Amino acid sequence: MAKQRAAVLGVGQTHHRSKRLDVTIGGLCREAIDRALADAELTFDDIDAVVLGKAPDLFEGVMMPELMLADAIGATGKPLLRVHTAGSVGGSTANVAASLIHGGEHSRVLAVAFEKQSESNAMWALSIAVPFHMPVGAGAGGYFAPHVRSYIRRSGAPKHVGALVAVKDRRNGAKNQYAHLRQPDITLESVQASAMLWDPIRYDETCPSSDGACAIVLGDENAAQGRTAAWIHATAMRTEPTTFAGRDQVNPQAGKDAAAALWRDAGITDPLSQVDAAELYVPFSWFEPMWLENLGFVEEGQGWKLTESGETEIGGRLPINPSGGVMSSNPIGASGMLRFGEAAMQVMGRAGEHQVDGARIAVGHAYGGGSQYFSMWVVGAEKP
Amino acid sequence: MSIDVSIVSFAQAPNVRETHGTTNGVEMLVPTMKEALDRIGLSKKDIGFWCSGSSDYLAGRAFSFIAAVDAIGAFPPIHESHVEADAAWALYEAWVKIRTGEVDTALVYGFGKSSAGQLRRVLALQLDPYTVGPLWPDAVSIAGLQARLGLDAGLWTERDMAEVAARSRAANPAAQIYEQVTVDELLGRPYVADPLRKHDCAPITDGAAVVVLATADRAKDLCEQPARITSIQHRVESASLGARDLTASPSTVAAAKAANADGIALAELHAPFTHQEILLRQALGLGDEVVLNPSGGPLAGNPMFAAGLARIGEAATRLKPGERALAHATSGPALQQNLVCVLEAD
Amino acid sequence: MTQAPLSAPLDIGFDYTRSLGPTLSRFVTGLAQRRIFGARGSDGRVHVPPPEYDPVTSEPLTELIELAHTGTVTTWCWQPEPLAGQPLQHPFAWAFILLDGADTPMLHAVDAQDVHTGMRVRARWAEEGGNGIRDIECFAPDAPETEPRPADELTMITTPINLHYMHSASPEESLYLRGLAEGRLLGQRCPVCRKVYIPPRGACPTDGVPTEEDVELPDRGIVTTFCIVNVPFLGQRIKPPYVAAYILLDGADIAFLHLVLGCAAQDVRMGMRVEAVWKPRDEWGTTLQNIDHFRPTGEPDAPYDSYAGHL
Repeated sequence: MAKQRAAVLGVGQTHHRSKRLDVTIGGLCREAIDRALADAELTFDDIDAVVLGKAPDLFEGVMMPELMLADAIGATGKPLLRVHTAGSVGGSTANVAASLIHGGEHSRVLAVAFEKQSESNAMWALSIAVPFHMPVGAGAGGYFAPHVRSYIRRSGAPKHVGALVAVKDRRNGAKNQYAHLRQPDITLESVQASAMLWDPIRYDETCPSSDGACAIVLGDENAAQGRTAAWIHATAMRTEPTTFAGRDQVNPQAGKDAAAALWRDAGITDPLSQVDAAELYVPFSWFEPMWLENLGFVEEGQGWKLTESGETEIGGRLPINPSGGVMSSNPIGASGMLRFGEAAMQVMGRAGEHQVDGARIAVGHAYGGGSQYFSMWVVGAEKP
Repeated sequence: MSIDVSIVSFAQAPNVRETHGTTNGVEMLVPTMKEALDRIGLSKKDIGFWCSGSSDYLAGRAFSFIAAVDAIGAFPPIHESHVEADAAWALYEAWVKIRTGEVDTALVYGFGKSSAGQLRRVLALQLDPYTVGPLWPDAVSIAGLQARLGLDAGLWTERDMAEVAARSRAANPAAQIYEQVTVDELLGRPYVADPLRKHDCAPITDGAAVVVLATADRAKDLCEQPARITSIQHRVESASLGARDLTASPSTVAAAKAANADGIALAELHAPFTHQEILLRQALGLGDEVVLNPSGGPLAGNPMFAAGLARIGEAATRLKPGERALAHATSGPALQQNLVCVLEAD
Repeated sequence: MTQAPLSAPLDIGFDYTRSLGPTLSRFVTGLAQRRIFGARGSDGRVHVPPPEYDPVTSEPLTELIELAHTGTVTTWCWQPEPLAGQPLQHPFAWAFILLDGADTPMLHAVDAQDVHTGMRVRARWAEEGGNGIRDIECFAPDAPETEPRPADELTMITTPINLHYMHSASPEESLYLRGLAEGRLLGQRCPVCRKVYIPPRGACPTDGVPTEEDVELPDRGIVTTFCIVNVPFLGQRIKPPYVAAYILLDGADIAFLHLVLGCAAQDVRMGMRVEAVWKPRDEWGTTLQNIDHFRPTGEPDAPYDSYAGHL
C-alpha cells in the first residue's frame, strides 16, 4: 500500500518567556493547542489521537506528564503517545504524528510539545552529579562549546561568524510576535562585547531558557482537501551513540544520513536551490554553519561562507530561521516542534512579518543529545 | 489494503529483584537483543526501525535512555525513536512505522531497573503535581483505594484476589516469583496496605524485553510461526482520579472494542495488582475458557517499562495455530492508560 | 572478575516552583483561607480539587463552588509505614473523601485507627498556610470545626521533590574505577573494532558487545578540544573559570573530559601535550577525581592531523 499523504492543517504556539508564571503546565500547552485548532478551524472533537513530546521529566518534576495532562491536551478517551528523543523530541513528535497518518491509523492528529523550564532549572537537571563521574559538565553550553571550537579550527571560519548568526536570528525574532527575545537593535559589536560564557561561546551567541509550547494539527488527504495546508513531502530520523572512538562530533554521521534520506524521499537533488526556507535547530549560533554543512546545503567547511555572505537572512538565497529560531526562543522540548511548525507556516504563507516571500518548500530540523538524535521534515505548498 | 505486521521474535532478560547492572540497561539489553536477533538469523543491519520505552525517573537522571543505544552498537546510525512509557507503546509506534511502508522490520525494546529507587514513591510523580502529588500518595496505596472500591461494590473479594495470586505464582517455574501455594495460605498472610497483601502486588523487578516485528510477508521467511498483529488500540482516561470510574476501566473497554478483541483463547494482562486482573478481565469480557497469564504475568515479575511489551511477546510465543490472543499493557496510576493488542497465529 | 560492580547513592532534590493559573490559584488561595472550592463539570458533577480542564470535554473550568469541610470516606487503604513526604508520619489511611456538596471524591489522608467506608470526617488544617493541598493536614472524624481566615492571593506553590537512588557502575567501569583507586588508568579493547576505550564499556557503542582485553594507559596525552567555563550554575562542583578539556591519553581511541590547569586558561591549545596531576594518595577513591587536573608537559603540540579524527 502506498503511504497515505499527510499535511499540516494548523500550527499554534505560546508567547515564549523566561517564566510563564500566569499559567500551569496544562495552561501552557493549551494556549498553543487552542491556537493550532483555531488555525486549522477544527475542535477537539475532530482530533483522533494526541502525541506529546517533551525533554526530560526532571525539568518539571512530573513523571510522564502526558498522563496528568490528559484533560488539558484533549486526549481523554483517545490514544495518547509520549515521545522523548532528547532535544530533537519536538521534531520527532511531529514525525510520529505524521506516521500515524501516513500509516492510515488516523485522519487528524494533534501533536503537542512543551517545556516549562521555570518550574526548575535546566542547568541543574542536566548537570546532576552522578557518582563516579568527573563533575566537569556545565550544561548544554559546556557540552557543545568544545565542538564549536573544533568546527572553527577545522573550517578556518572567522571568529565573527557566530556573532553574525546571533544578530540575524535576534533581529528575525523581533519580527516574530511569539519570540522570547526580540532585539531589533542588536549589533555585531554588542554581541562581541557580551560576556564569554563557555569560551568560545558568548552570552549573546546562546539561546535563552524559555517556557513555551507548540502544537501542530496534522491531517490526511481528505482532511486537507480544499484548504491551505503544508504537505509533508518527507520525514527522517537518525540516531548514533553519544561517544565512540573516531566519532565526528562536529559533523555527525547521523545528521548526514538523516538529511540524505530526507532529500531522497522528498525528491530534492539540490537542496540549496530547491529549499526556500529552513528552520534549523541552532541553540548556539555557531551551529548554523555547522548544520548547513551537515545537511548538505553546502560542502563541508563552506557553511560559514554562506552565513557570512548574508544569504541566510530573510531575502537571501536560503533564509535560515526567519522566526528567530532557538536563539530567540528555547522551550527545550517544544523547540524542535517550533522548527517544524514554523517551516509549515512558511509554506502556508502564515508567517506574518517573518514570512519568506514565495516560500513553497521548507525544512524543519531538530537535534538532541550530544548531537546524536536528528529529526527533520520537508513540507511543501503542493501535494508531494 | 493495509500492511500486515507480525511478531517474529521475543526475548527477555531474567526478571530479578535486583541486578548489579546500570540503570541504562545495557547489561540486560546486550544479551537479550542478541538472543532475539539470533533466533531469526538477523543482525542489527537488517533492522529498519528501532523503538524503545524507558523512564528517566526510574533511573533518577535525565536522558537515561541515550546510553541504551550503545547496546545496539548504533553505528552506522540507525532509524530510531523512544517513548517515555512502557515499551508496549514503542511497539505501537514501530507497528505504525512498518504500516507506513517505510520499513519492513523493527526491533522494539524496553528496560527498567526499578530497584535503583523506591518504586512506589517514584510513581507518585505521575499524579497531578498541583493538587495530588504534593501529598506523595504512592502507587501501592492508590491501588489499594481502587481495590477496596471493588471489594465494597461486590465486584471481587479478597479470596478472588488471592486466587489470582495463587494461579500467577504457580504458573511459571522460570518467573521471578514461583511457589505452589493455596488460597487459604495466602489469605492467612498479613496485609501490607489493607486491603492489599504482599501477594496482591507485583514484585519489584529489574528486567528488559525485546520484540522483533516484520511485515507479514517477510515474517514467513523469518520464523516458523509468526504471530500476526490484527489490531492494536490504546486509550487514556482523565487525570482526575476522583472523576474516573476506577472499577470499570473504560479505556480498556474502548480499546478492546476498537480492536475487535473477541474470540480470545489466551490473554496476557498487564495487571500489577490482583484486583486489576479481575477488573481487566471483567472489562474485556474474558470468560473462564480463556487461558490467563500463562507466563505468570506481572504478579510473577514486573520489569517496569518492559512488562507491557513482555505481555505481547509472551502472548505471541504461546499462541497456537488458528487461535487468537489478547495482550494488554497499562501505564499510569490505577490503570489510567491501557493498550490492547490482538494477535493471530498464521 | 569476581568483585561486584561499584554502586553509590544518587540523591536528587529540587524545590519545584509551580505557577497555578487562574483556577488553581483560586483553589490554593481558598485553602490558605481555610476554604475548600470545587468546580462544576460539563456533566453537572462537582469535582474537588477543581480540575483546570473538564474531565469529559477538556473545556476550561473556571466557575468555582465553595464546599463544606466535612465529607464521607468512600474508600481507603491503610498506610502502616508512611513514606517520606506523606501527610502524616504515623500510621494513617489514604482515603477518597466525598465532601458534602461534591459529586466526586478527593484523595487525602485520614487520621483514624478505625477508618471505614462511610466514616464521616472533617478537614484538619495545618498551622501554616500557603502550601496548597497540604494546607489540609489530613481529615479526621474528630477534627475541630475551623473558621475561615484571611489570606493573600497565591499564584505559586513550591513543591520539594527529593528522591534517593542507588547508582551502579557497569562491571567494566568498576574495573576502571578500582584501577583509579590504585593510581592506574585501565582501558579495554573492543573485541570487534579493536578500539581502546577508557573507561571501558559494557557495550562498545559501535559494536554492541562488551569491551574485553585490558589495556593499561599512561597518565599523559593531548588536549583534543576544550572550552573555558566562565558561568556559575546551581550544583556546580568546581569554581569557574576553569578549562573543561577532552583529554586523549596516549594509546587510547577515545577522549574523556577533565580539567586543565597549570597555565592561563587562554594558553590552553588544541593538541597541547598534558599529564595528570594526581591528588595525594591518601585522598584517592574509586573515581577519576583522583586526578586533580591535567597540566601542560611543555612538549611540542601534537600536529592537528594526529587528532583531527577525534573531534
